[in-house]
Amino acid sequence: MKTATAAPPGGAPATAPRRVRRHLPTSPWLFLAPGLLAVTAFSLAPFLLTVGNSFTDNRTLVPGGFVGLANFRELLHDEMFWTGLRNSALYVLVTVPLLVLLPLLLAVLVQRHIPGITFFRAAFYTPVVASVVVVGLIWSWLLDDRGLVNGILEALGAGPVGFLSDPWLLLLSAMLLTVWKGLGYYMIVYLAALTNVPRELHEAAAVDGAGAVRRFVTVTVPALRNTMVLVAALSSVSAFKVFSEVYLLAGENGGPAGEDITLVQLVQQVGTGLNGRVGYASALSVVVFVVTLGLMLLVLRANRKEDA
Amino acid sequence: MSATTARPAPAAGPEPHDQKRRSTRPSAARPGRAFGSRPPAWRTALRYLLLVAVFALMVGPFLWQLSTSLKGPGEDIYSYPPRLLPSDATLDNYAGVARIIPVWDYALNSLTVAVASVLTNLVGASLAGYALARLRFKGRGAALTVFIMAMLVPLESIIIAQFTLARALHVNNTLLGVVLPGAVGALNVLLMRNAFSGLPYEVEEAALVDGANVWQRFVRIALPSVKGTLAVVAIFSFMTAWDDFLWPLIVLSDPANFTLTVGLNYLHGTFADNQRLVAAGTIIAVLPLIVMFACLQRYFFRGVGEGAVKG
Repeated sequence: MKTATAAPPGGAPATAPRRVRRHLPTSPWLFLAPGLLAVTAFSLAPFLLTVGNSFTDNRTLVPGGFVGLANFRELLHDEMFWTGLRNSALYVLVTVPLLVLLPLLLAVLVQRHIPGITFFRAAFYTPVVASVVVVGLIWSWLLDDRGLVNGILEALGAGPVGFLSDPWLLLLSAMLLTVWKGLGYYMIVYLAALTNVPRELHEAAAVDGAGAVRRFVTVTVPALRNTMVLVAALSSVSAFKVFSEVYLLAGENGGPAGEDITLVQLVQQVGTGLNGRVGYASALSVVVFVVTLGLMLLVLRANRKEDA
Repeated sequence: MSATTARPAPAAGPEPHDQKRRSTRPSAARPGRAFGSRPPAWRTALRYLLLVAVFALMVGPFLWQLSTSLKGPGEDIYSYPPRLLPSDATLDNYAGVARIIPVWDYALNSLTVAVASVLTNLVGASLAGYALARLRFKGRGAALTVFIMAMLVPLESIIIAQFTLARALHVNNTLLGVVLPGAVGALNVLLMRNAFSGLPYEVEEAALVDGANVWQRFVRIALPSVKGTLAVVAIFSFMTAWDDFLWPLIVLSDPANFTLTVGLNYLHGTFADNQRLVAAGTIIAVLPLIVMFACLQRYFFRGVGEGAVKG
């Protein structure tokens, strides 16, 4: 009889404790309460509030009313919006290809277990650990008119370059800052994926006479395609939401005449402060959300198409 | 101090995690020699050359900042050729930056926020993760969906609403207001759920038969088995909170309550021309994390793997 209870014929052995009460019906919800409360209150509710606010002319201190699509219509005629959208889109176009390719090369460079390699891996990861503010201030000193980079350029006879005064160079500098800070993170992502590439593939290619470059293109890249898509998705989403790098290099107005402002900085500029236009900033936020989601879907879909 | 900045690895170097990766060649062979499938020496040399070049690019800027922060007023920081080693190293700039902004108070504020964030994330994420992975109840799928949806909402797109909310709760301009939005990260909940899901059922079943209730099973059996993931959650919560900039910038208005990142931005905006002081401030902000990274390197790397797969 005892055996029958513990392991009914043909049944899974783990069915015995079913008669024991596993937990009170309320226990799961007590376990979930802090987490659910936090994400509902500080992510989902603000999201719904953002969508709701985007149809109003609320201000920080003055509640407004429903204005329909007026905020979105205003966007279309707002020069700052188009500047911000252009800069955020350019950010994606420039940084994503670099962040898909360079960390992969770096991962291949640190892949072999040669003496000291853990030291180099850790060193390349250091910029990831540092706050973007620290990194921004370090580079604004390096790229200063009298900073180290211009010192070297002048010694080479290239004269001082206005990295932080020319609007285009400033945006480009911020992009390179983002790439520099992200290299180590994606290097580790690739490094984990590289360990799964069968060594036999490399050996077979080597036997066929393929050099290192050829093996990289014909073996490594195809084997890591899914990881590359993942990196493209992650880096394009974070590139479009860029705020800090440009803010730190360009200042709170987004460059000399606001030419370097990004979409998220525009949200911050328009929506905060005592006279913040919460309604309009929410409409801008909705655009940020929609584009971010679109970018993610686009990358994932590109991946699926190539699979088919 | 430069030793700390430059050498995070040796501390973690002999750690087993690296050897765990599939060893691809016999351990008896020594690198750099052309044994068997071993690359020729010139290629190993080239590899080291590249490694050193990338090292200069990735760590050099930090060392330059450290060097600037140690140079006294008598030394020309703009001189060319550049001098990495200060001719007359001094800590005066660290005292100097503390005279113009309350940098140690800011550091304490950052520490408070980071530690609070670690605690709330550990508690909230492990409880919720355990329920999602191990308890059977109606609505589990819905609860999971809530966390996944929360993870997909970009923080930057809800920041104005979060500010509205913080004002409604009267926590704007307080450290509590800084902590709340990141109190329980949805990604951390999912990481904990995965960790608990990976545990074998048998031990918990045995405890169940012995009459252990759900709380006892959670605290005595499940939690001790996921220490690695708990460490990952703790470290990434600390780093995220310590490094965060956009949200504290929005929610804190009174300079007395600034965290280090917002304080540094203020310092840079007000005393931009005093590079030595700004440099000292940035070193104060970055050093704790570099030390932490040097000691706990493998958890940082592990977190990247788990976070990237999920996120």
